[in-house]
Amino acid sequence: MAAIFFHSAAKDCPGTCVQPSVMRMETDDDALARAACLGDRAAFAALIGRHYDRIHGLAWRLTGQRAEAQDLTQDICAALPAKLAAWRGEARFTTWLYRVVVNAAHDRRRRQAVRSKAADGWGDWEITRQDEIATQAEALDWLTLAMQRLSPELRDTVALVLGEELTQSQAGEILGVSEGTVAWRMSEVKKRLRAMAAEDAG
Amino acid sequence: MMDEFDALRAALKSAPAPDPAGKAGDLRLAMENFDKVQASRQGSGDRLRLDPDRPMEAGFLTKVRLMLKTLSSRPILTATTSAAALFFGVVLVLPLMQAPLPLPKVVPLSQTLQTPQVEAKPKAPVATNAVTAPTAPVMETPLPPASKSEADVSADKLGGASAQSLADAAPATSEPISSAPAEPAISEAYKMAAPSDSPATLAPDQGAGESLAAPRSAPSVALRGVASGAVMDTLAPTPLPDTEAFANAAQNPVHVTSAEPVSTFSTDIDTAAYSVIRASLNAGQLPPVEAVRIEEMVNYFPYDLPQPKSDAPFEPTISVMPTPWNPNTRLVSIALQGRQVTERPPLNLIFLIDTSGSMEDANKLPLLKQSLALMLPKLSPQDRVAIVAYAGSAGEVLAPTPASDRTTILNALDNLAAGGSTAGAEGLTLAYQVAGQMAEKGRISRVLLATDGDFNVGIDNPDDLKTFIAKERDSGTYLSVLGFGRGNLDDATMQALAQNGNGTASYIDTLSEAQKVLGDQLTGALFAIANDVKIQVEWNPAQVAEYRLIGYETRALRREDFNNDKVDAGDIGAGLQVTALYEVTAPGSPAILNNALRYQAAPEPTGPNELGFLRLRYKEPGQSASKLIETPITPDAAASPETQFAAAIAGFGQLLEHSSYLGDWGYDQAIALANGSKGADAYGYRAEAVTLMRLAQSLSR
Repeated sequence: MAAIFFHSAAKDCPGTCVQPSVMRMETDDDALARAACLGDRAAFAALIGRHYDRIHGLAWRLTGQRAEAQDLTQDICAALPAKLAAWRGEARFTTWLYRVVVNAAHDRRRRQAVRSKAADGWGDWEITRQDEIATQAEALDWLTLAMQRLSPELRDTVALVLGEELTQSQAGEILGVSEGTVAWRMSEVKKRLRAMAAEDAG
Repeated sequence: MMDEFDALRAALKSAPAPDPAGKAGDLRLAMENFDKVQASRQGSGDRLRLDPDRPMEAGFLTKVRLMLKTLSSRPILTATTSAAALFFGVVLVLPLMQAPLPLPKVVPLSQTLQTPQVEAKPKAPVATNAVTAPTAPVMETPLPPASKSEADVSADKLGGASAQSLADAAPATSEPISSAPAEPAISEAYKMAAPSDSPATLAPDQGAGESLAAPRSAPSVALRGVASGAVMDTLAPTPLPDTEAFANAAQNPVHVTSAEPVSTFSTDIDTAAYSVIRASLNAGQLPPVEAVRIEEMVNYFPYDLPQPKSDAPFEPTISVMPTPWNPNTRLVSIALQGRQVTERPPLNLIFLIDTSGSMEDANKLPLLKQSLALMLPKLSPQDRVAIVAYAGSAGEVLAPTPASDRTTILNALDNLAAGGSTAGAEGLTLAYQVAGQMAEKGRISRVLLATDGDFNVGIDNPDDLKTFIAKERDSGTYLSVLGFGRGNLDDATMQALAQNGNGTASYIDTLSEAQKVLGDQLTGALFAIANDVKIQVEWNPAQVAEYRLIGYETRALRREDFNNDKVDAGDIGAGLQVTALYEVTAPGSPAILNNALRYQAAPEPTGPNELGFLRLRYKEPGQSASKLIETPITPDAAASPETQFAAAIAGFGQLLEHSSYLGDWGYDQAIALANGSKGADAYGYRAEAVTLMRLAQSLSR
């Protein structure tokens, strides 16, 4: 019961809610996570309820597809209890959570790539496929196209910096790269977008 | 441009709301799993932590090592202080480790104390080197915040945290580090491709803490100089880190015929450069200029040339056409068509396979296995195959086996696994030994070296390897090189080895490229019909004021080398073709780049109408004396669409090289020319080339 209650409250006003009689809503993420880590069921329920939408949002930004995002979110929900047992507060909980999502997306992407390229040169195949997609552009929105033409690293970076509005330093911490790398990637994204626009025009 | 950027931001912000039913299900699932994890924790021991694959003490040691390593790469002062603190911390903490936790084994005190120290010492200089030495294989690797906080927090914990938190910490680090990939940091100045951000192994069913293991162990791997060995994120664009070395020379300049009438070079039937360029473009990167070798691009494509009518192993076809990029010059094409062989002598093929750790990527060893499997049906039952692997220590994986015994060969291939360091030279010696055992009258022996070009153990000087291979070549065993993967592809060494081994260097980036190299053109690649093929053109100053050879920079020969049979040159394989293109300028043309000389009279336009005179030298296989073919280059030899296509590819190559000779001629013109001369294109190679031109056009904007 508590879980459902916390969850809906968090949805209405995430982060800053103060619910009467419920001390836990005032509790910050890190404290909740520590409690959950030690086996507090209600704390875990509150935590995941509070962050579910965030996980889903980032999953969507990373994959660019609703179905993919749903599957990925499910994977993460399933694995989170075990992973949380290893959270030791060395990073803020949200940072850690973002990292979990990004890594899960990587893993999923990689498994798909290994499957699809098992028997063929994926480069040629992928290019052809992208061309086909481009011709049916009306069926897909611009975002999907743009994101698909960015490399996975750039996609991750863009999802965090533009989508989640994190600073470059925060994004760097999540991705395990330096702030400079994030800055470089963002400038690379601008370059690629420009190239795409030129290509579309030409 | 900012429009796109803002549009991307806006689009990303509008994330759809999760499906309520899905959300409820996910939350239920999360709670169920939470209960399971708790139950297993309180039940018969902690399954997550007692996984036999992740022994407790290994995890702990790894962790301490990790901390020391992290610290040792910092400035010495800090390191000294922190190391002292850490050392203290370890001592303090060990009794806690022995507290009544359900640990399988107790870590012996002495082991814990000694191992990290021993580890820490050699690591420190390595890490420093990686950061400072420009030649170090690892990029400058600033410590990501994750690893810092990790070390700090761990130190805190070691000082005073509860035993429970330590136990929690341990399994995270017991993830094998080698499975966690390295992410080299990129500085602004590092203008190469974004390195592939190899993800952590994070299967949902795996143990706790993996997601943490990844970002943390990544820098440690990089600091140790083990940049490869990780499973690459195969969707990532191909990285082009520093360790790639390409063989190339500056573009051939324009020569003044009256000063240097003779141009001499060796044939080149390699096609590796084209594949490298293709891989780069497909990954969304323009290839490095030094990776562009135009002759290899031109020679990648099969052309419809007349078959040799004489007894000679090949015949030249000469054609002259207006230069596509300059209306005031002409393009002279010299195309050699090798004779097809219907019956070839049986082959001894010795696969020398690099199974070092760097070959682990999906586009290396696995692709190699698939490629060789493709090749087997093309061999005849008389051919014999042996496999030698090298990595750490070299070994004969497959004794000489008839090519018809496919099961045995495929099984041996399947058993190859990557790991260990590369001792290329040692493996090479063994391969040649095996070749020696297999040698028999009437058989042709060839070593096929499959590698990512990493010869970093033993002989690091390509010259030593070259000498060795040239010696073996003279004793009758040839060498071809198959390059795989990118990242530490040592194109320069590959070229050197193949050129000295009378073989070809091919770069295999896809299975379809394997089909071309090892399937369709196998006989040509393995069976030479002419050795040491040299081309010499003497231009007629009365007809040609200036000339420029397009490509073949790495194949230039001295004029006197042409008649010297001791000087090695390229081969022509059965049915293969070699095309060379010259751009020539007639006297009086507005395209002349060099001023006329004041003290030398311009040559009189007398004598024959010939543009020049072509001389070819070659040796029949196994012969030491060369034969000569001579023919004049006449201006009326009209060009076919085949030559047009070759010209389009040469233009494409020069565009990639940012050549100064093209004027306003650009990708649009190259694409139009290539499209107009595609011909039958049975294999689709030419259509692919047009696609690549389009890609390059977009990328170069």
